Amino acid sequence: MRESVVMKIHYGTALGAVALVAIHILFRMTQNFADSLEFESVIANYEFLPYALLLEVILVLISIHGFNGLRVILLELRQGRTYEKAVTYGCIAAMAAVIIYGSRTILIAGMGIV
Amino acid sequence: MAAIAPQTLEEKPVAVESQSKSITLRISKFNPKTESNRNFVDFTIPYKKWTTVLDAILVVKENFDHSVGVRYSCRQSSCGSCGMKINGKPALACYTKISELNSNTITVEPMDNFPIIRDLVVSFERMFSAHKKLKPYIISEDSEITKDTKEFLQTPEDVEKYLQFSNCIKCGLCNSACPTMATDSSFIGPQALAQAYRYVADNRDKGKNDRLKIIDDSHGIWRCHFAGSCSKVCPKGVDPAMAIQLLRGYLLGFRK
Ligand code: SF4
Ligand code: FES
Repeated sequence: MRESVVMKIHYGTALGAVALVAIHILFRMTQNFADSLEFESVIANYEFLPYALLLEVILVLISIHGFNGLRVILLELRQGRTYEKAVTYGCIAAMAAVIIYGSRTILIAGMGIV
Repeated sequence: MAAIAPQTLEEKPVAVESQSKSITLRISKFNPKTESNRNFVDFTIPYKKWTTVLDAILVVKENFDHSVGVRYSCRQSSCGSCGMKINGKPALACYTKISELNSNTITVEPMDNFPIIRDLVVSFERMFSAHKKLKPYIISEDSEITKDTKEFLQTPEDVEKYLQFSNCIKCGLCNSACPTMATDSSFIGPQALAQAYRYVADNRDKGKNDRLKIIDDSHGIWRCHFAGSCSKVCPKGVDPAMAIQLLRGYLLGFRK
């Protein structure tokens, strides 16, 4: 993939994440802070499908943006063919792992398994 | 780093005009082939209002230590040879007046982000090869030098688009000031990127896509974090940071 495509995704995910996190914060402001962290309240959020989808999208956007940012930092830190390949694939694997683990949490909580 | 005892003009029987003002010139001395550490040697040098840092270094070479390694040629900020770190900032020694520095001690060191050849002289190999990679010439099938071909006419507006960027003298000060150059040994650098824009913006040139492809790399244009230090130190007002943003416009689809 060309670096310009990667960077378009990087900027796009940043803009998307800022917008969605703002909505997430607005939702949180409908209650006082301590109440919003109550177990029942958190579970209720996950069980409300549109909100669970919002959290899932935030998770995906932030993971893509964050791990690409990490890849860029690591590429600037050291150079070398093998190192750069390891960094790129390592970041993709870590990103996938975080998305899978986060999605699992959202799914479990959303289906009321906890 | 060690400092060697200062030498003054009074200690040596040399014919230099007596001056009312003088400064301490600290010169970094280092030969990577034979030494492992950099030394600073101090010299007391008289100066006038118009004395440049290069003039002062040449006084040292003439009177105290002819072995000081320094590269220079035009002495009028045209050839780009005399770039060095002067009191911590990259600048042309022939374009920096001692009187403007407002300091009694002037420290001269080789530019950062370049391998040192000796003392104040650095190797430009990486910068020149990046510059060459970007095809720094007009790419076009047409020619104005063959028979029956016409001149490439450009309007003042056409020229305006790239003129500023064509003033680059390849001094390397921008690369030396660039924070990405310090850590990313494969980064193409602000000098070459500014030159890529110079040709991309020229309406006689047809090599835009080739050049955009070259800079659209994992160590290309996207590694610029827009610190802006390249533009701040450029002695010719080239503004590589702006050239980089304008080039990004093409890659992001804002410019055609
Ligand atoms: S852009 Fe400016 S600082 Fe950089 S090499 Fe050219 S003249 Fe020197
Ligand atoms: S000697 Fe030519 S630029 Fe300074």
